[in-house]
Amino acid sequence: MKSSKVIENKAQAKPLVSKKRFRLSEFIIEKVIFLTSFFAILGVILIFVFVFREALPVLISPEVKKEASLKLFFSTIIWQPVSDLPRYGLIPLVIGTFKVVAVSLFFAIPISVGAAIYTSEFAPLKLKEFIKPIVEILAGIPSVVLGFFALMVMASFFHSIFHSTMRLNAFNAGIALSFAIIPVIYSIAEDALNSVPRSLKEASLALGANRWQTAFRISLSVAMPGVLAGIILGLGRAVGETMIVLMASGNASMLSANIFDSVRTMSATIAAELGEVVHGSAHYNVLFFIGASLFVFTLIINSLAQLVVGRLQRKLAGKI
Amino acid sequence: MREETEAKIEPKIPEISGKKIESFTPEILVEKLNFYYGKIQALKDISIGVQENQITAFIGPSGCGKSTFLRCLNRMNDLIPGARSSGKVFLDGVDIYSRGIELSELRRKVGMVFQKSNPFPKSIFENVSYGLRIQGIGDQNILEETVERTLKDAALWDEVKDKLDQSALKLSGGQQQRVCIARALAVEPEVLLMDEPASALDPISTAKIEELIQDLKKNYTIVIVTHNMQQAARISDYTGFFFMGELVEFDQTSKIFTNPRDKKTEDYVTGRFG
Amino acid sequence: MKLRINLFGSFFTGLTLLATLIIFAILFVIIGNIVLQGHKIISWDFITKAPREGMTAGGIFPAIFGTVALVILMIIAVLPVGVMTAIYLHEYAKSESALTKTIHFAVNNLAGVPSIVFGLFGLGFFIQFVGAGIDKFFGLEVVWGQPCLMWAALTLALLNLPVVVVASEEALRAVPSDMREASFALGATKWQTIRRVVLPQALPGVLTGAILSISRGAGEVAPIMFTGAAYFLPYLPHKPTDQFMELGYHVYVMATQSPDVEATKPILYGTVLVLLILTLLLNFIAIFIRSKVRRQMRHSV
Repeated sequence: MKSSKVIENKAQAKPLVSKKRFRLSEFIIEKVIFLTSFFAILGVILIFVFVFREALPVLISPEVKKEASLKLFFSTIIWQPVSDLPRYGLIPLVIGTFKVVAVSLFFAIPISVGAAIYTSEFAPLKLKEFIKPIVEILAGIPSVVLGFFALMVMASFFHSIFHSTMRLNAFNAGIALSFAIIPVIYSIAEDALNSVPRSLKEASLALGANRWQTAFRISLSVAMPGVLAGIILGLGRAVGETMIVLMASGNASMLSANIFDSVRTMSATIAAELGEVVHGSAHYNVLFFIGASLFVFTLIINSLAQLVVGRLQRKLAGKI
Repeated sequence: MREETEAKIEPKIPEISGKKIESFTPEILVEKLNFYYGKIQALKDISIGVQENQITAFIGPSGCGKSTFLRCLNRMNDLIPGARSSGKVFLDGVDIYSRGIELSELRRKVGMVFQKSNPFPKSIFENVSYGLRIQGIGDQNILEETVERTLKDAALWDEVKDKLDQSALKLSGGQQQRVCIARALAVEPEVLLMDEPASALDPISTAKIEELIQDLKKNYTIVIVTHNMQQAARISDYTGFFFMGELVEFDQTSKIFTNPRDKKTEDYVTGRFG
Repeated sequence: MKLRINLFGSFFTGLTLLATLIIFAILFVIIGNIVLQGHKIISWDFITKAPREGMTAGGIFPAIFGTVALVILMIIAVLPVGVMTAIYLHEYAKSESALTKTIHFAVNNLAGVPSIVFGLFGLGFFIQFVGAGIDKFFGLEVVWGQPCLMWAALTLALLNLPVVVVASEEALRAVPSDMREASFALGATKWQTIRRVVLPQALPGVLTGAILSISRGAGEVAPIMFTGAAYFLPYLPHKPTDQFMELGYHVYVMATQSPDVEATKPILYGTVLVLLILTLLLNFIAIFIRSKVRRQMRHSV
């Protein structure tokens, strides 16, 4: 009745009702894959544990606390860990970070959001396929190259325009930093603007609005949470960035309001001093403490951004 | 021509696990099948038998549960999160929902052809031989012989015999569907489930597929789901009418279309609603 | 009134175009400057010889070698783990379970960790915990408990894990589900379906992720500063416990600490150009593959 039974003849067919509950190889493979996926979680936990482990003495060891403690961090405005009387004032570092990040965001936000709006709302199709790769190429430039460019070229350029006292300063580093975060903000903002349903834009146009009205009143407002998330992530990236500021900011831990003064950021401090520090010393612990703070800061930033993106998705799905 | 069966077929078949009734020799026997998507009940107390080597068609308006029921027969519904069922489905006397069932073997025995043809982005040859390869059969001779045989069974061999290495995606819609049929036949199923097998095709391809299905019943038990009543009337031997998750009536096709017992059935087949 | 609105609108539209053009300009200026200043020194010798005379002459071959060795070790570590994580998340796990949410959370946060913190982690965990532990266990002097290729590569692997996971997940998602259904309906098991149908189709996307991670791995300096990179070594690394020279690190040290900036300027620009070509080329390839796949999918739907 049935044609040649290749499969059953070859005794390859498994019984329909199997005595074993599972096939061994399938089971093993599934378990291996399952266990491997824990690496990501493990990684985060390990970073947490081992960075905090070396930072903890600052908070709990009485020996270390004599030299550097939370109170001491903020009671002096001098950061001078290598001296007869080591002082660990964090304030200049925090202010330094703030200055550089502020400059970078000031430039990056309008440029990246503006370009994102142009790309998703106004650009002709041919140009659109050109813009995204260009931004991705910018994203692909290593930060050490951007730092190099800031150090060798931009610093002199700005110096000739602004005639600042210090060639390497917060402004220089901030501009270079903005090059690094423009792609971050751009891609998230552009994605958000693109996911605004076409039907909404068509409805707006059908009511007599023109393209830019639709872009600003409808697309931008609907996509705002996504744009915001992009900005938040850009902020996180800016705070954590090391090489650019290390090379372009002058690395002087001075406290001033002038953006054309040299600064020291938290991340650059770690990079600059970790090589010389004695393992287990108070200085060592402090550097890890700064690192731990950066880690916590970016954790918060990331969670915030995810929350905001979640809001956007629920909004688009009509649940808010 | 359809054979005349003497025995009366009851819509609700009493619980006779694995025992055959007179001249009705069901390959598949379903007992009080209920199916839920989460909280929504899609199938209510379905009891039915699928006759060996005949074509059984399920008809009904959209959303009535016929496709859901089809997918219960090879447990493809297991893939849907939140899906659950109760009741029994006997294949050759074995309840496929009982513990210890080797799912991949079940799906080999109860093959499926989908509404929208879904050949793999591989060559025609690789598509059709796929099922054998996963059973561990690598012998080139056996593969070639099977591919030729099943493509002939699917009435496609002459059209593709010179281009077996070409991508299956380059074929027309009707040809792709026949590749999928050949592919399903290659694993030597006992039952072939077909979900609206010709709905995406033009009339000429549809006619070819219908002719093919009628040929296939010599060797396979066929179950098709169709929203096209005339198709069911044309090619099937038995028909089941589904409505809102219930099996309203099940009988020989000729009876369903000329002298249905239930008013709803009559309304549907005469086109009063649909 | 309508005219004023339109003028206003055109002005703002123009601003957005300006923003886009500024980005083009930035890219153009940076790359242009580096190519202009750096191309003069690029030669076969430059790429194949070692540096001489205090980095004012010779080539940067050891840095290229070290970068390649580093990246190879990294990809061996990160690619299997990342792809398997993505396979678990997309093919096996029930979506939106607590576990998948946790993994996604962890991946997203790894992506945001500052690269210098990875450096701290590499130092505090790999070198001082794992490495020192291995040394102690085998009664060695300082062999594993010091900066070297192995730990730098593993640190970079962790840094790039999110890149690979996200790209692989996107690739798996792009494989239409009716392919999987067809395979199941023919009696294939889950792993057979993944191996034979899903992964081959997802390969270009996975490749994109791998290439992007290689590009990042070659460019990041902060994570390797204290986990294995060195400015000058008289030998090439030949075991995982060796230190290594690396392109990015070389640029950093040469630019900020060389005693005679003018003399080292040509080599510096040359090194930067080599690094830039390497990373940009990789990015190009990745973007090219990705856009080809996306175009293919649009046509087959």
